[in-house]
Amino acid sequence: MLDIKSVNKRYGTRQVLTDVSFSVGDGRMTGFVGANGAGKTTTMRIILGVLSPDSGTVLIDGAPVTANDRRRFGYMPEERGLYPKMKVAEHLVYLARLHGLDPASARRNTSDLLERLDLDARAGDTVESLSLGNQQRAQIAAALVHDPEFLVLDEPFSGLDPLAVEAVTGVLAGYAAQGAPVLFSSHQLDIVERLCDDLVIIADGKVRANGSPETLRKQHSRERFEIRTAGDVGWIREVPGVSSVDFDGDYAVFECVTDAASQAVLQRAITLGAVYSFSQLRPSLATIFKEVIS
Amino acid sequence: MSNATRPVHTAPTFMQGVWLVSNREITARVRSKAFLIATGILLLISMASVIVGGILSQNTTLTKVAAVGTAISVVEQADAFDIVETDTIADAEALVSDGTVEAAVVPFARADSVLGITVIAESSAPSEVLSALSVSPNVRILDPAKQDGFLAYLVAIGFGIIFLMSATTFGATIAQSVVEEKQTRIVEILMSTISVRALLAGKVLGNSLMAFAQIVSIGLLVSIGLAVTGQRVLLADVGPAIVWFAVFFAFGFVLLAALYAATASMVSRQEDVGSATSPVLFLVMVPYFLVIFFNDNPLVLAIMSYVPFSAPVGMPVRIFLGEAEWWEPVLSLVVLALSTMLVIVIGSRIYSNALLRMGARVSLRDALKR
Repeated sequence: MLDIKSVNKRYGTRQVLTDVSFSVGDGRMTGFVGANGAGKTTTMRIILGVLSPDSGTVLIDGAPVTANDRRRFGYMPEERGLYPKMKVAEHLVYLARLHGLDPASARRNTSDLLERLDLDARAGDTVESLSLGNQQRAQIAAALVHDPEFLVLDEPFSGLDPLAVEAVTGVLAGYAAQGAPVLFSSHQLDIVERLCDDLVIIADGKVRANGSPETLRKQHSRERFEIRTAGDVGWIREVPGVSSVDFDGDYAVFECVTDAASQAVLQRAITLGAVYSFSQLRPSLATIFKEVIS
Repeated sequence: MSNATRPVHTAPTFMQGVWLVSNREITARVRSKAFLIATGILLLISMASVIVGGILSQNTTLTKVAAVGTAISVVEQADAFDIVETDTIADAEALVSDGTVEAAVVPFARADSVLGITVIAESSAPSEVLSALSVSPNVRILDPAKQDGFLAYLVAIGFGIIFLMSATTFGATIAQSVVEEKQTRIVEILMSTISVRALLAGKVLGNSLMAFAQIVSIGLLVSIGLAVTGQRVLLADVGPAIVWFAVFFAFGFVLLAALYAATASMVSRQEDVGSATSPVLFLVMVPYFLVIFFNDNPLVLAIMSYVPFSAPVGMPVRIFLGEAEWWEPVLSLVVLALSTMLVIVIGSRIYSNALLRMGARVSLRDALKR
């Protein structure tokens, strides 16, 4: 369990983070979403101890993170970087050794990971000779090579082709399944939606929303329903508890203030004739995101 | 792998971190073609200069001189010539004309000539032959110099060039590798594992070891070269100075390396490395030129041999000239070591403050902030 508690950070006169608090639970894939400049990277750097906060703390299982705990993190910075002239496998072994692995485990982890990420054929090539997608995979391997207990990944999917996205999501989900807290940021909200168990939305250095996508949906958007019947559905706006309706002949999308109103609509529709479809519309993460930060 | 079976790795100690970083620096250097070529050229130049020096010094073949009759004994007394004895003056003149001998020495008929000889040459008076045959007055030197001026000049230039070349090439290498880490942002990953001080220390140590290895191999090569080409006398004179040079270099280089790393960390792009590190280059070059130009001025040389930046060149030159008391190199070394420590403390503060600042150049005031 990773707790970020009331973290503040100021660069000169600019307040970058204001009282940022959230938790990343064990085995929870936590998506970290926000516009550019919202404070995601700064928060992640503070978690990793690369930057120190002006106030506030980062706790691991209730105890403040020490320099010695840092090696337990797997970190992928947003701006990608590996030594261009180093060979991929050597590079990974070097990073593993820096995290305290003995040479044998460092080599074993490296070859395991390269295989899992489908990069084993490139082990002896220099980083600069890899394609962009493969460099990304190598970067992910660099974050994982030392058996981290926590993952903090800044934009792990940017620049990946769909196949690589699959490979990486598989690896990350595997880590979460083993019980590791995983915090990742991404602008690709569809991937976040598919992957995350929890969501933290940040804007202007403040956490605006925090919780499971279901909870956030309930908190930040009205329930929306869709109905298709045999006849005209214009009557729906007369139903008490329905707040807004978009209708087009036999099809309508409507919002309800109460849960009971949607059921009232369905019952009335059935008495009027055939109902071909009735469903709850789940707002996309993009909709929630817009709702939350607006 | 569950949390329970996850292998427990202990964090590397400061020294282990330093060692890993310096190992990587060394490997990267050894694999770089540019480095290997530059080192090869430097070694070739030093080897060549020793060999050329050896050939020049051995090239003292005796001047061929023809001698006739009673002049033979006079020429033999001079003990500086390869003598070709001829029967007649005409034969001797013929040898001079066809270039077989430099000059001919023949008996002189007139009685008032002290030596009783005439020197015959082809087109101009052969000064070498004349000075060997003439009687020079007694010379008494009150305060004999241990080394002659020209040799001292050469030695000063030699130390100066080697120091300047090593310091600037390795300094530039460190600067580039600092900016490379900053530019590729790998520095973020590095900073999340080991301390910034360990990172800086590793970089400085790795590159200093390489520079020192280069200096020691040049020193060995020159010493072996001097011994093999039979310049033992020179070796005995230069030897101690070379050893001191190596010792001073070790400290002086660490100082420069820390300065290069600190100044380079203030910029984010390779294009800016040159301008950022130019003050350091200036610090290296100014004392170097002072040592070269004032190598016959004991006062300037004495001051220079204590200034940390020029001590690695200035002190060995003074040791070579025999001007330094036994305690002087020790004192100068202490001064150098103390200033190196001070620079490392200041340098690592600049380094850790500037490392994550991307974009515009970080001002020195910001970099020095706590």
